Amino acid sequence: MAFLLLTFFILTAKFKPDDPVAVDTPASISDTKLPDKDIMTISIDKQSRVFFGIDGQFDREKMLEFVAGKYKVGFTTDEIKQFSLVSSFGVPLGNLRQLLATKDKAKFPQQGIPCDSAQNELTDWIAYARYANPKLRITIKGDVDASYDVAGKVISTLQEQNINKFNLITDLKVKPKVL
Amino acid sequence: MADIDTGGGKKVSTKVDMTPMVDLAFLLVTFFMLTTTFNKPQTMEVNMPDKTEDNKTMKVAESRTTTLVLAENDKVYYYTGTENPEVKLTNFSESGLRKVLRDKVKTVKDPIVIIKAKKESRYKNMVDVIDEMAITGVKIYALVDITPADLELLEKAPY
Repeated sequence: MAFLLLTFFILTAKFKPDDPVAVDTPASISDTKLPDKDIMTISIDKQSRVFFGIDGQFDREKMLEFVAGKYKVGFTTDEIKQFSLVSSFGVPLGNLRQLLATKDKAKFPQQGIPCDSAQNELTDWIAYARYANPKLRITIKGDVDASYDVAGKVISTLQEQNINKFNLITDLKVKPKVL
Repeated sequence: MADIDTGGGKKVSTKVDMTPMVDLAFLLVTFFMLTTTFNKPQTMEVNMPDKTEDNKTMKVAESRTTTLVLAENDKVYYYTGTENPEVKLTNFSESGLRKVLRDKVKTVKDPIVIIKAKKESRYKNMVDVIDEMAITGVKIYALVDITPADLELLEKAPY
């Protein structure tokens, strides 16, 4: 019996997807758990760089094809395959090829996805990701020290697409006693 | 049980002691059980007001609304109403913002809190302030963009 359980847990335990960014999330009293699939994560790291990622390799491929079509960038099948393995990325579209060609992706200097009003690639990524998988739940994973300047831009990017409901990823903290 | 005759007349038991193996197995079971459940990150759901729709404006009593402005260095300014309000300063401590909000909840029926964040504030401030809403039980709140008028108001504030 015990061994049956043991094998079950070993098999179901999913390895944590490697994140290119270290994000220290703020704490909140909310204890809603995040579902484990259909998630879009917009991460904002300490230096206020924006990273984007969705789960599902097939959806990633579809999303990249849509974006490539819009920006008239042709990706090779190999590059698309590479892209489907990247859990989260933070480069402008112009540098994406270089990132995909790099073997050790953690070493590649990622400058973040542009999301200001002059050039907003984030909005395309979000739109096409939702096109590829309409069930996506949008989550923002911000660092404690990320500036509101960028966080506000990300939120208004979402709002422009009429996404008014999203989740913020937080750590758990004990609810203080009511006075 | 069938014991092997070692010839010398001595009987050697063939039973293996299973205790350490079972111990280890249970240890691993507990470990995997705990890690799988704690792995999932917590989330906080946020609902924003609809921007695209023509907002129907609704008149509410000035005393019901409190505006919080998140500023640099974890400072929070707050004021009630909109007509020449008295801007006060507080912080994220228990005796600061939480007390302010608790007092509001106690004294005003269905208070409305408007949250505005300056560009200099941190992401943590935003999460904290939304969290404070949940802690103190403020039901109606909205995160809106800061306006030049607000900044001007803060400039004039004596802090």
